[in-house]
Amino acid sequence: MKQPTPETAVILSVAKDPYLTTTTGHTMKIVRTLALLIVVLSLTISAFTQAADWEQIQFPKLHDFKPQQPKRIVFPNGMVIFLQEDHELPLIDGSARIRGGSREEPAAKVGLVDIFSEAWRTGGTSGDNAKSGDDLDDYLEARAANVETGGGSDSTTISFSCLKGDFDEVFNVFDKLLRSPAFRDDKVDLAKNQAFGGIARRNDDVGAITRRESRKLVYGATSPYARETEYATLAAVTQADLVAWHKQYVHPNNIILGISGDFDSAKMEARLRQAYESWAKGPAAKRADIAIAPPTPGYYLINKSDVNQSNIRLVDLGIRRDSPDYYAATVFNEAFAGGFSSRLFAHIRSEKGLAYSVGGGISANYDHVGTASLGMGTKSESTVQAIQALYEEIDGLATHPLTDAELNLAKDSILNSFIFQFDSPDKVLREKMAYEFYGYPLDSLERYRAGVEAITTADLARVAAKYLHKERMAVLVVGNSADFDKPLSTLGPVKDVDITIPPPPGGEKGQ
Amino acid sequence: MSQHRAALKLSAALIFALVTCATLASAQDLASLEKRTTVKKLDNGLTVIISERPEAPVFSFFTHVDAGSVQDPMGQTGMAHMFEHMAFKGFPAVGSNDYAGEKVALEQVETAYATLEAEGRKRVGRDPEKIKSLEKSFKNATAAADKFVKRGEFDEIINRNGGTGVNASTNLDETVYFYSLPSNRLELWAYLESERFLHPVLREFYKERDVVQEERRLRTDSNPIGRMVEQMLETAFVAHGYHRPTVGWVPDLQSFSATDAKHFYDTYYVPANMTIALVGDLKASEAMPIVEKYFSRLPARPKPTDISTDEPKQITERTVVMRDRSQPFYAEGYHVPDYRDKDDAVYDAITDLLSNGRTSRLYRSLVRDKQISVGTAGFSGFPGDKYPHLFLLYAFTAPGHTTTEVRDAIRAEIERLKTTDISDEELAMVKVRSKASLIRSLGDNEGLASALAKSQARYGDWREYFAQVDRIEKVTKADIRRIANATFTAGNRTVGIIETAEKAPAAKPATGGAQ
Repeated sequence: MKQPTPETAVILSVAKDPYLTTTTGHTMKIVRTLALLIVVLSLTISAFTQAADWEQIQFPKLHDFKPQQPKRIVFPNGMVIFLQEDHELPLIDGSARIRGGSREEPAAKVGLVDIFSEAWRTGGTSGDNAKSGDDLDDYLEARAANVETGGGSDSTTISFSCLKGDFDEVFNVFDKLLRSPAFRDDKVDLAKNQAFGGIARRNDDVGAITRRESRKLVYGATSPYARETEYATLAAVTQADLVAWHKQYVHPNNIILGISGDFDSAKMEARLRQAYESWAKGPAAKRADIAIAPPTPGYYLINKSDVNQSNIRLVDLGIRRDSPDYYAATVFNEAFAGGFSSRLFAHIRSEKGLAYSVGGGISANYDHVGTASLGMGTKSESTVQAIQALYEEIDGLATHPLTDAELNLAKDSILNSFIFQFDSPDKVLREKMAYEFYGYPLDSLERYRAGVEAITTADLARVAAKYLHKERMAVLVVGNSADFDKPLSTLGPVKDVDITIPPPPGGEKGQ
Repeated sequence: MSQHRAALKLSAALIFALVTCATLASAQDLASLEKRTTVKKLDNGLTVIISERPEAPVFSFFTHVDAGSVQDPMGQTGMAHMFEHMAFKGFPAVGSNDYAGEKVALEQVETAYATLEAEGRKRVGRDPEKIKSLEKSFKNATAAADKFVKRGEFDEIINRNGGTGVNASTNLDETVYFYSLPSNRLELWAYLESERFLHPVLREFYKERDVVQEERRLRTDSNPIGRMVEQMLETAFVAHGYHRPTVGWVPDLQSFSATDAKHFYDTYYVPANMTIALVGDLKASEAMPIVEKYFSRLPARPKPTDISTDEPKQITERTVVMRDRSQPFYAEGYHVPDYRDKDDAVYDAITDLLSNGRTSRLYRSLVRDKQISVGTAGFSGFPGDKYPHLFLLYAFTAPGHTTTEVRDAIRAEIERLKTTDISDEELAMVKVRSKASLIRSLGDNEGLASALAKSQARYGDWREYFAQVDRIEKVTKADIRRIANATFTAGNRTVGIIETAEKAPAAKPATGGAQ
């Protein structure tokens, strides 16, 4: 019995795609980020038109469930702590999220946060009892523990996981790395070499090309939400930049730390007070000011002669999570593309057999607009037909608006699966930490439930009309144009997108 | 350096303490799980496991069918996977607006298809006009049958009731189905899951065949590694079914019928060949009778015999080279025995040693020290492990480095395993990690349901999920050298290489030449 490693997943070519989350036949429900539930769920089933034997099955009352809330503590220096006890297994996990991410890095040094978040861990610790990253590897692996660092568009993270008996030792590593990292030169170079390798390979995977280029079409190629790491921007990153980044952002007032597992909260609080209460405040992280403009509509082609399937994306701007349209968009997404019975799946996949992966909807980000999109993969020979089929789905939203039956199914799906958003203490913790990070109310639950329940078919029609316009969308096709059913230009003017990788400043690097 | 060594010595002492404590932890976990877990073999041969984990009012299930693409009949590669897709199409009461009418229409589709296929397969006397007319009849018949379909109703009922993670998966060894529901939906689940395996209706079969071909284009045809892996397996296995792609070869995907799929289902979807595990907020005393009520309806049928051909011993090295417009990639595989082999845990230990985490030997050599690779691993269980399979080692080259360099570095690590005992610290690390990863896997309904069902199906006892830790515990340094020497030989090797076929164009082409 083997437990596959991430590496085996790669070699077995399990694709990762927002439109495709499975190893085979079925698509998983889009994960919805929701608030916590405090009330007992009332589970209802909408009336079916025709009674069948299975409809006679009675559901007993669901057991009362009050998800345990983490304890929130704010130190005078601004550091926010969440403690969530969970005594099921002898484990303790923790994670700190720190404001400031790749959207804040300078345009000439795109990739800085990637290198930072790799070399933070591998570069080891400095100061008293300094340890190289390699020593830390031995020390932690001998305990089957880990301390890892990471980075994203708005934050960096440092986390740990250990058996509870090793907490003191592992927490000390975590703490040293958080406060006194070394960013040793050899590991900075190693991280950069690895990243160069990533650049060289970035055109080998059609799915990755599609995600990257459609993001550029939505936000703009130079936007901090879409820009790419190039050899030149990576080469410009120095060890001093990483030290400076740490100095600029890693201050208690920029940190939210959450710990869950088999511990006593009072003792853990005392331990954290001892570690962090006297840590001096630093300058608050300043969020980059990023303008977002709608995409330029039209057809964009990336020709790839070694594939027999076209990846198609129609993209425009979506919404922010705090938009008044958020609940309507959530219900709309479920009705339009939430499952096999949703319109998009039923029409494009089951009825027409045009795609294995198909998806779409109006997505929301916490602090900047998401995307509105439709997408699918289809054989080269049905590329234009597929785009037209997606257009028909958009038009259909106006000519055959989503019905009461579709609305009720979507609401039932969302509300009855709601409990899976908080069915473990760790999920509750992560949800709270996200709200804290983005400044959302910590008790958004009742609002969420009420928000979904209040949505009407008029709301669905309104958000569909507001966010999905085929003449406003940028249409990206990554495929083998020689085999298309018709030239893409029969739909309109086509812009060829060049994805040739710009060579490094000093010469070729593995092209 | 001396400081470093002192740290290592210190850690060896700690490891000893930790191993003892982790052993206790996993023994406790097994004892606790045994108290909460009930197994019942129904009269028809179906095995049901219920494990009580009342952390939240939800449950997950995992249905394991002991048949995968190795069981695909000749000329029907992709059938196990195809049937998995069809298992979401419903049954008489779900998915149709008039099943009596649909049944007749589906029979007409099969007749039309069989007639068309028979004409198309004629070597002599094939009549193109007749084929055209038969194609039209087939098209009309499917259109007529489609009128009865309530599209996606099976999935709709699950969604409406709060189902999440609705999914299934087929590999060469087995086919599995799973999702999660609020715990008061148990009876509805028992109804839906038993109905779909009691009398599946293979509606919209030929459209789903098109969907599966799109899946093949996505995973295999349009993916360099996918193309390589398919070629490599076809080379490494000449007789055994592991040479087949799970998704199927295109000519088969364009010819097999719903009638063929029904035969496959009749043979392999029998209760004695299936195991179901449920984990969550359930009481076995209440849940088992409900499960039994619905699943006892599946008629008992003989467990299918395993007729797969044993792979003959490989005696010559085999190599596949693919020149492709992608960055270089290197892999080599060595034949090893199936998962019931007495040394299976030794292969797992070698996998851990070579591939697990930042201390793994391949990472340290190829990525950290030599910096010739951006990703590397070596693992047992490729492409499955129910039958004798491969121990596969691979590396993605770093810019400016070659497949020859990564090959040499991989071979050097193999030689080290053969000639030098691994250290005490490494062996202790392998053992403690196996225990910790077992403990980490217990706090999650989906993962636990999958582990219990698979262990029960694979060994006839779910407790074997814990026994794998004990088997790793018994592995010695001598075992690792012995197995390395027996396994990693040239004659037992199949090599797969991707070499970059052409340089990316230096300047932007006038139109569409980017890659």
